Amino acid sequence: MKIMTCPINGERPISEFYYWGAIKTPPNPDICSDEEWSDYVFNKNGAPGIKKEFWCHSPSNTWFVAERDTLTDTILKTYLYDGGAK
Amino acid sequence: MPWRLLRFGLSKKHPEPRMFDAPDALKPSYDVVIIGGGGHGLACAYYLARDFGITNVCVLEKGYIGGGNTGRNTTIIRSNYLTPEGAQFYDKSLELWQDLSTEFDLNLFYSNRGHFTLAHTDAAMRTSRWRAEVNKHYGIDSEVVGPEFVKKHAPMINLQCGHHPIMGALYHAPGSVARHDAVAWGYGRGANMRGVEIHQRTEVLGIDTKGGKVCGVKTSKGYIETTKVLSATAGSTPRILKMLDIDTPIFIHPLQAMVSEPLKPWLDTILVSGSLHIYISQSSRGELVMGASLDPYEVHSTRSTLDFPEGLSAQMLDMFPFLSEVKVMRQWAGMADMTPDFAPIMGKTRIDGFYLDAGWGTYGFKATPVSGKTMAYTIANDKPHELITAFSSERFKNYELTGEKGAASVGH
Repeated sequence: MKIMTCPINGERPISEFYYWGAIKTPPNPDICSDEEWSDYVFNKNGAPGIKKEFWCHSPSNTWFVAERDTLTDTILKTYLYDGGAK
Repeated sequence: MPWRLLRFGLSKKHPEPRMFDAPDALKPSYDVVIIGGGGHGLACAYYLARDFGITNVCVLEKGYIGGGNTGRNTTIIRSNYLTPEGAQFYDKSLELWQDLSTEFDLNLFYSNRGHFTLAHTDAAMRTSRWRAEVNKHYGIDSEVVGPEFVKKHAPMINLQCGHHPIMGALYHAPGSVARHDAVAWGYGRGANMRGVEIHQRTEVLGIDTKGGKVCGVKTSKGYIETTKVLSATAGSTPRILKMLDIDTPIFIHPLQAMVSEPLKPWLDTILVSGSLHIYISQSSRGELVMGASLDPYEVHSTRSTLDFPEGLSAQMLDMFPFLSEVKVMRQWAGMADMTPDFAPIMGKTRIDGFYLDAGWGTYGFKATPVSGKTMAYTIANDKPHELITAFSSERFKNYELTGEKGAASVGH
């Protein structure tokens, strides 16, 4: 069984988690063009690599960030989202 | 053992010719380079040579012919899609399938079974009616049937299905299965006979452009000059697109499948349940070919998991309780190139001479003939074929998605 580490609940089986997708920063909706917005909504870097993704531990509804290698399916790091602060 | 096989064993030379030649080296240039030696790439090469007389073509395959999703799907062929553009496109494919064995002089084991999409809820019944009406409008043989009709065609079924009683189904009489490897071999041999070169174990390392136009391809066996390149690489599409810095909505999730040990024939139809997320048919060898929905997150590999047969078997036993003693023989996975609207991305791209046949997700096998034919037209005329204009990559920019999800997601 594949195990993922929830930043709050520790190691849990992967079936308790769900995947939301890679973290993307939206452009400012008030000033961006329709095309820029569609690029944000639809397009992605679909190639394999190390990606930062949103995951959720569903029994506790804990949202967090996972850094994962999508080629080898190795989870490198998990931590709580810092609100996008640089 | 047939005597012919014994002769093969004793002969020093292989007494029968190979399906296609294995040329040693690449030529310095080709009119068209096709990346991906699966069904789609080989079909495109075949129709380019046969219908358009373009024979200076090479097909580059990183692994071996038909070793990707062409050999990993569950071989279901149908055209009962939900949207007008989808239904017409897949119906053209179904029409092409009928003649392929004769055309190739190769038995594809094309077997017409009838295809049921089971409905366990009012919402699923509503979608079935909707699909049946769209299908009938385009002359496709689909109808809504009741549980008795399902029971008559699949007597072993438990209509109660655990806690999800079957309320009815969308019945699509032309639904069929075929031997998937033979499709790749047939197209490969047909293309090769007409002059197309097939290079297996040849990896594409880069695509060169000049002034927004394709000018060459770097491969593990040397450099090729060309002005037209088609990518037909399914799960490897994003890796090819990265070479050209093209972003698309395509995302890769593994799709798993499994077969049971061979049983005496007892199921001659194809059954799909959207609510239970499973589908099943029995192969000509007697194995039950079974699949479910996509793995829930992005992975670029063909690894299998134990959760998959566990979950799938639990649902399967709700439908066919008598299978509880039957053993699973093997399982595998393919990399499905998904799009947000469950329709492919086909046609031209912003780079002149670079064509895309991708986004085939979980439904590419049945489209092999029609995608080959329409992409060959698109490449030969540098203009998208009328059957694929709705599948252009521009549709996302214009917020004109196709809405095929209801008919494509679990049914494949």
